[in-house]
Amino acid sequence: MYGSLKKWFPLFLLPTLFAFVLSFVVPFLYGIVFSFCEFQTLTKFRFVGFDNFRRVLFSGQYNFWQSLGFTVIFALLSVVIINICAFFLAYALTRNIPGRNVYRTVFFMPNLIGGIVLGYVWKMVLNYGVLLPLFGKDLSYSSTFGFFGLLAVLCWQQIGYMMIIYIAGLQAVPDSLIEAAKIDGATGWQTLRRVTIPLVMPSVTICLFLSITNAFKLYDQNLSLTAGLPAVTDEGGITHKMTQLLALCISDTYGNSARAHGTAQAMAVVFFLIVAAVSLTQLSITHRREVQQ
Amino acid sequence: MRVQPLRRLHRFISVLFAVFCVVYALPLITVVYNAFKTKEGIVDNFFALPNGATFAGLSNFTRGIAEIAIFKSAGYSVVITVLSVLLILVCTSMCAWYITRVASKFCRAFYYACVFSMAVPFQMVMFTLSMVANRFRLTSPFTIPIVYLGFGAGLAVFMFAGFAKGIPLEIEEAATIDGCSPPGVFFRVVLPVMKPTYISVAILETMWVWNDYLLPYLVLDKTRGFETIPIAIQKAVKDSYGTVDTGVNMALLVLAILPVIVFYALCQKHIVKGVMAGAVKG
Repeated sequence: MYGSLKKWFPLFLLPTLFAFVLSFVVPFLYGIVFSFCEFQTLTKFRFVGFDNFRRVLFSGQYNFWQSLGFTVIFALLSVVIINICAFFLAYALTRNIPGRNVYRTVFFMPNLIGGIVLGYVWKMVLNYGVLLPLFGKDLSYSSTFGFFGLLAVLCWQQIGYMMIIYIAGLQAVPDSLIEAAKIDGATGWQTLRRVTIPLVMPSVTICLFLSITNAFKLYDQNLSLTAGLPAVTDEGGITHKMTQLLALCISDTYGNSARAHGTAQAMAVVFFLIVAAVSLTQLSITHRREVQQ
Repeated sequence: MRVQPLRRLHRFISVLFAVFCVVYALPLITVVYNAFKTKEGIVDNFFALPNGATFAGLSNFTRGIAEIAIFKSAGYSVVITVLSVLLILVCTSMCAWYITRVASKFCRAFYYACVFSMAVPFQMVMFTLSMVANRFRLTSPFTIPIVYLGFGAGLAVFMFAGFAKGIPLEIEEAATIDGCSPPGVFFRVVLPVMKPTYISVAILETMWVWNDYLLPYLVLDKTRGFETIPIAIQKAVKDSYGTVDTGVNMALLVLAILPVIVFYALCQKHIVKGVMAGAVKG
């Protein structure tokens, strides 16, 4: 039967293959080649060797290290907060609490609203509701405001999503194991620590992976909430945007000038390698902690 | 024996959660009622409900609609989302079933390429993608679904293939013996069985396409006025000081949030299930 299926290749495989090659494979390969070029269009480019990478890593002109540092601290804090809150919310909302479905619904809701709209909702609330009345300043005044603003938006959005994944994990833990632990005299905390958490490690792996990559790749919320502001100009006349995450740094570099296109593309390649390295490391560490039932 | 105190504790926790939920939803709630306040009312006391002096009626909304073509953007958003999700569902489900059943070297390579594409940040391909899309005239709301098919293929093929592997071969063989051609087997036997996966993939891709900002911003032809809701909102609210009224901005945000809330209310169960399915597979 599957021999005759092979002949149907144009119907089954070709449409997806065509779109995938056109909008992913071709741009991806061009992207790698162009990180070694100065380019304006697909046909107008010139090889410059490792110049772009040198400029990104060593010139200090493109705010790369500032953005990277900001992104790493931001990612670390948000991943910890999101996962702890999401796990305990999920833990509480898998108990027999009246109205728990309504609560799950509310916590999940922010996920459905897009990053741009979400960023502006929080910009309004933080500026008009908190910062202007209390300090007489808005979000663009200090990078501390911007940092905690971004943290609030991402946590608020992602906690509900991760909560749903943890709930799925917790519901898969067999009651018999919890019962057995209780009969053996384990306290509630011991049961959580020694039985429940090891058994939901697959969910932890997924949630850590998603929250790390989401924090590293954050763009829309960054653009709408702070747009990278405040900007500080140093003695060398170079402007540093203080709340710029890496993804925004790449677009800003690209928009800077036609000459910087190659530099922006090189930065994107470095960005890809960083995200890949971080998430592969995390996956291998947490995978090892998963237990077989 | 200990049931009574436990139930009382749960009721207490439930009350705590009710309060916490209101606080959690506060950013959305405040923006909604501030959309009905005057600019001065918003600045003077953000958290106050509208009263006689600060109530602006629907004026923020009417001005917002007059200044920004938000309904036109909503139309484009709907066209792009519906076409893209339909295209993704039809093409990737057929593709995933073909890959798992034929399982040639080429199919396996394509499958891994799809999985790989999920790990690549959009920044890596976006500059060159906008050039390719321009070259092939994929810049209108009716052609951009092809771009979305290419990008959505990763997750969708992965999820459909995961499900297709579990379908017992016997039912497909039985259909073949009864005289079904491969498309017949797919549309009459496989497609109905995969219905839950169709719903999960549809939910996940809809959430993504509807809210996506960068891809349509880079690909759509702005000179022909093609913009989606996120693009319109970004353009309108960006530099809000002085020029555009704060109240109008609130109204625009409410208009942007409204369809999402309605969608959530209508298919809340499927959304939560879709997220769970996507995560367990991912």
